[in-house]
Amino acid sequence: MTFLPKPKLHHPDLQKNALGYTRRDYEGPVSTLCAGCGHDSISAAIVRACFELDIAPHRVAKLSGIGCSSKTPTYFLGASHGFNSVHGRMPSVATGANIANRELIYLGVSGDGDSASIGLGQFAHAMRRGVNMVYIVENNGVYGLTKGQFSATADKGAKSKRGVVNTDEPIDLVGLALQLGATFVARSFSGDKAQLVPLIEAALKHQGAAFIDCISPCVAFNNHEGSTKSFDFVREHNEAVNALDLMLPREEITADYAPGTVELVTQHDGSVLRLRKLHTDYDVHDRVAALTYMQERHAAGEIVTGLLYVDPEPRDLHAALKTCATPLNALDDAALIPGSAALDKLNASLR
Amino acid sequence: MQPTDIGNPDYFHKVVDCQWACPAHTPVPEYIRMIAAGHYADAYMVNWKSNVFPGILGRTCDRPCEPACRRGRVEEEPVAICRLKRVAADYKGDVGPRMPAPAAAPNGKRIALVGAGPASMTVVRDLAPLGYHCVVFDGDARAGGMIRSQIPKFRLPEEVIDEEVGYITRLGPEMRLGQRVDSLKALLDEGYDAVFVGSGAPRGRDLPIPGRQEAATNIHIGIDWLSSVSFGHITKIGRRVIVLGGGNTAMDCCRSSRRLGGEDVKVIVRSGFEEMKASPWEKEDAIAEDIPILNYLVPKEFKHDNGRLYGMTFEKVKAEYDARGRRQLVPTGEPDQFFECDDVLVAVGQENAFPWIERDIGLTFDDRWDMPEVDEVTFQSTHPKVFFGGDAAFGPKNIIWAVAHGHAAAISIDRFCQGEDLRERPPPGMLVSSQKMGIHEWSYDNAVSLDLRYKVPHREKLQALKDIKAEVELGFDPELAYAEAQRCLNCDVQTVFTDNLCIECDACVDICPVDCITFTRNGEEAELRTRLNAPAQNLTQEIYVSGTLKTGRIMAKDEDVCLHCGLCAERCPTGAWDMQRYLIDVAQAGAACCSK
Repeated sequence: MTFLPKPKLHHPDLQKNALGYTRRDYEGPVSTLCAGCGHDSISAAIVRACFELDIAPHRVAKLSGIGCSSKTPTYFLGASHGFNSVHGRMPSVATGANIANRELIYLGVSGDGDSASIGLGQFAHAMRRGVNMVYIVENNGVYGLTKGQFSATADKGAKSKRGVVNTDEPIDLVGLALQLGATFVARSFSGDKAQLVPLIEAALKHQGAAFIDCISPCVAFNNHEGSTKSFDFVREHNEAVNALDLMLPREEITADYAPGTVELVTQHDGSVLRLRKLHTDYDVHDRVAALTYMQERHAAGEIVTGLLYVDPEPRDLHAALKTCATPLNALDDAALIPGSAALDKLNASLR
Repeated sequence: MQPTDIGNPDYFHKVVDCQWACPAHTPVPEYIRMIAAGHYADAYMVNWKSNVFPGILGRTCDRPCEPACRRGRVEEEPVAICRLKRVAADYKGDVGPRMPAPAAAPNGKRIALVGAGPASMTVVRDLAPLGYHCVVFDGDARAGGMIRSQIPKFRLPEEVIDEEVGYITRLGPEMRLGQRVDSLKALLDEGYDAVFVGSGAPRGRDLPIPGRQEAATNIHIGIDWLSSVSFGHITKIGRRVIVLGGGNTAMDCCRSSRRLGGEDVKVIVRSGFEEMKASPWEKEDAIAEDIPILNYLVPKEFKHDNGRLYGMTFEKVKAEYDARGRRQLVPTGEPDQFFECDDVLVAVGQENAFPWIERDIGLTFDDRWDMPEVDEVTFQSTHPKVFFGGDAAFGPKNIIWAVAHGHAAAISIDRFCQGEDLRERPPPGMLVSSQKMGIHEWSYDNAVSLDLRYKVPHREKLQALKDIKAEVELGFDPELAYAEAQRCLNCDVQTVFTDNLCIECDACVDICPVDCITFTRNGEEAELRTRLNAPAQNLTQEIYVSGTLKTGRIMAKDEDVCLHCGLCAERCPTGAWDMQRYLIDVAQAGAACCSK
């Protein structure tokens, strides 16, 4: 935590992206979270991903609920749209915004309290409806703002900072997302940007419901021995199924790996996910196998990370509802208010 | 790479680029903080201890610190270090009581010093308080050497010289002024324990081209002419003046001419404008006084009418570079250029001259340059009792180098007189203190000012040109000085990393405004430099490498553009990063001069 704004001076060789922005242009005001918070690393990863994808900041809407994690959208993409909703209600707001204007990139940031407790129903429906958005849960297993009680994602048997053992089963958000039809599901770790940044980039490019469960140690209340969400525990038990590189259509794709170790997945927008397989028999297209594998490894005490499931041809909410392609704010009055004759016609069609 | 040994004083000393670049290793950020705090006398004494002549250097120093300043690598211009030094001198008040007292008792050793310039006076400053009986000889009637004779008064007022030379003469040396040394042999025969030669580079180079002899009345050697102006022997010059040469002496000559009746004064140099030896700011000051600088013109002939000079011809040349990048000036073939003039000042270089040193007393001169052989560390000549320093040692440099030589020679003379090994040099002192006061409070001002470099106010031009003694630069006032001081990045407040405390949370990496911290696998330096968050291409700057961390990686920090803002330490949840002030105090003879 610092009171000092990050100095404007930057490295003389700081690169610019295709839009002429530097990475620093994607930052926000300085974070007020605890020093060393995993959430700040995730913010930095989002900044990097948006910079590398040449995303125009004003084309992004960042949405969040309540909690430490939900404070973070203030600290990145200072020039983007933002909405800080009621506790747990970010998915509804994101859904509504997306219905009204499908041209923006929707980035929901939530926490384990916001999404697995008060907002669990909201989370579930955003996934099953296939809202085209990136949904990141910054998962630390505790309520940091209220001083470290277990959250709903805390593992059974995990110890709190005060020595209390958790007796409840954890809610597995990855498992829920898989069951409920999310078309891009991943898990990562705030302490591993090499893995996290490409996952966020791929999720931003995914044209459907993309969910990332990101374990993010709470340095103040959940980084001790006995915790299953501490830096040390996650590093020791991290089992990555693959390593991802996102290749944009403009890049030349080179496959210089031994056969069978690399899989190329072309997404709907032309971007290519290059997956270097770390577990050769893991299939990212098999939802059922993924669920089984997650549960097996969790029972063995491992934390599976990487891109867990992807459907390269996702169907999103708009396709299901057959909505108008033009954002509502770009329609003229005649289209938005068709008048009583149109209403009569509609009513007649329903009789 | 091996973990960095931060116990080696040189490691963090190098990070303080200004201090490392200063020949006298003045702790620059330390005194700049004092200026910001309004503690001018403290700032003055920090300077005085290192560079002996803060008021003089604050106006005339060649400023090797400024091109080195880290600020110049993260924005347009370095901190105005030199002019801040002057602020300390201008506002210090009475520092007399803080000065060291003359030695309580003599130690029985007698030292002769030839020349009363900055090198000799530094030796006296360092040795007199230790009890050495110092005898200073100089041909001029007043002490100061080239500081007094060659630097025009509109750049350096006489009072400043009197004051700072006075602090040294008050230490009780025997000043034999007006007494030129004609024979080193005779001097040695007087039984001194050691002799220090600080006689400068007193001979101005001449330009033997046609017409030189015939028109001699109106052709002057730059440094001799400046000296005559300084002592009031010359008070005017012709209306049209040509100054030959591109160094700082040429700049002093042309600006002095403007004040002595020269209306049409121009500087003509052989080289290109950019390659001129003069400091950029001195060129700017000359141009600001309506003095054009014409380049790529090689003097060919002095034109005269029966001995009455009326102009000069020059051959037009251009620069060509050979395969090895060496420059050659080749004629362009254009017709020679002619410029009218009434007087010419020749400022094309200075040379050493040692006609007074006998060549048979065991003091070896090299054959090529006819310069004494002097050890670069000890400043001892091949005659064990004779030491050199300043311009006399290795040819013309500048005041701050003369001071640095003086300090080193004083250490040698002290060790020599005490029968100790000259090769063993005393190590620097190092004072380390954490700056942490609270979670986000530091005992230094860690906010980084975004202000651009402030300009020193100048006297109005017409006023300045009227009086050769009117100082042109007026100096920063306290408000400007504060604002400029805040531009200093406090590079002496070091980022110190303790590897066994680090939990590798990346907080420091994310907050660093200049991307200088990376956690990665270890490797050879050349290869490691290429895969840091920002590639470390400035090879003159070190990479700070930690021991192996829990994940098997290392922390590698490129020192190059670190702002020393302390945000890494503020963001560190475990205190693995700390901001620690490293005050590096380069050793001086006896260490008796410190009276802070």
